Amino acid sequence: MTVPILNASGCLDALVAPEVARSLDAFVTKTVTPLSREGNPPPRIAETEHGMLNSIGLQNPGIAGFLRDHVPRLEDLGVPIWVSVGGFSADDYARVCASIDGCDDVAAIELNLSCPNVEEAPETAAELVAAARAATNKPLYAKLSPATSDVAESARAVADAGADGLSLVNTIRGLQLEADTLRPQIANGPGGYSGPALRPIALACVYACAAAVDLPIVGMGGVTCGRDALDFVSAGASAVALGTILFSDPEAPARVRAELEAEVGRRGHDFAAGLRGASHGSTLSRPASAE
Amino acid sequence: MTRERLRVVARERVGPYTLLRLERGSLDPGIPGQFFMLEAPGRLLPRPMSLCQAPPGELAFLIEPVGPGTRALCALEEGDAIHVLGPLGNGFDLDVERPLLVAGGIGIAPMPYLSDALGSPPAILGFRSERHARAAALLPDAEVVVEPRLVTELLPENPGDVLACGPEPMLEAVRALVPRAQLAWEALMACGYGACYGCVVEVDGHYERLCIAGPVLREAA
Repeated sequence: MTVPILNASGCLDALVAPEVARSLDAFVTKTVTPLSREGNPPPRIAETEHGMLNSIGLQNPGIAGFLRDHVPRLEDLGVPIWVSVGGFSADDYARVCASIDGCDDVAAIELNLSCPNVEEAPETAAELVAAARAATNKPLYAKLSPATSDVAESARAVADAGADGLSLVNTIRGLQLEADTLRPQIANGPGGYSGPALRPIALACVYACAAAVDLPIVGMGGVTCGRDALDFVSAGASAVALGTILFSDPEAPARVRAELEAEVGRRGHDFAAGLRGASHGSTLSRPASAE
Repeated sequence: MTRERLRVVARERVGPYTLLRLERGSLDPGIPGQFFMLEAPGRLLPRPMSLCQAPPGELAFLIEPVGPGTRALCALEEGDAIHVLGPLGNGFDLDVERPLLVAGGIGIAPMPYLSDALGSPPAILGFRSERHARAAALLPDAEVVVEPRLVTELLPENPGDVLACGPEPMLEAVRALVPRAQLAWEALMACGYGACYGCVVEVDGHYERLCIAGPVLREAA
């Protein structure tokens, strides 16, 4: 059993770069909302010393456009498709999940419960998961924010509400100012912080949640190489997703996979999954696996 | 879309700009106006650069050191190597009858390669200082203006097929005078291949990713 390598939602367009999508074990779409969205005004991105900020604002064609224009072409990729679902209320999540429920080629749904760049739904993450759960039988992955005092508590709540897995973590809100004007570099002000700076934060979330719930975990946040991926597996991730690194290196999936195997081999193991939870000593059960 | 690690062949100073000459490797130079993502040493994200010249076996990029990424690129030395991805995006439509090249500042970057492809058509270049105007040496027969004079002052009554690159106010001014002009725009980009949605510009009332819709845009007929 190897460790699946996915992309982080919003970090790859499989229709524009199908060869990159095919190098993944599953492709995760950009978040789909009930209605189409233009997204936030530019500038939308800023590079920082150790990461980057983005405020895209969930630009997407809406569920109708997604089903009509994207799904048929995504099905041709030959890669399992995970659809990231977003919204502004429990009804929104339920509606999009129900629309996707009949798509045979959608392997799983990831619930974007934590976009830092748009208004949040009034319901709790667990309530959103419960609404989605009632609308679909597909495997549901809850994508949680690291910006919480107790992410393990959030994990328990979404597990109780019917989540089949966790995606850890989303970006965390950050801000960078223009040197000359002292105004935010991003038009909307703050943005979601990603890249290497996010990695220790994400790793701590995976570590905490793996000890708290017995669910498969897709670990992500600043993974750039096989050693980073191994850290996430050791902290309890059953799959690893690549985000910001895809922007500078579209060949990262194959490279990280090979480096991860080499890291594992160096430690005398055959498969990375055998090291799942190694950072916890013998305290973590290891059956959970991503789809 | 190919990514390869390319060695620096030479680095030439052109006024305040740097002409970074890389070995070509197996990369295709592409169509004038297309761009490449250049690894900026020490930085998280690569930087988009349109191809300036395509001498045999080389790819040459003209770079203005305006931030940490471009400064790192300008500091590269012969023998250093960086990852390069490309060619990317849509270049200029070369099927033109009476081409006129118009560029402002670092917007001269794609013009030498474009000029070669079109058989050295007339060109108008604008710069903000005499020092910046030294880059006009890259396009020997061009007419050159220095601020406060503007390139639009030299546009003839009937300018033909204008192909332009430069700062936004210049492109807007050219578009106002020549609605059918082909304009090469610039935007912050994280990836250059449609993944990040960071580089959007407004096209017909919608946000389009400049890296795949452009960087050369032309008003619909």
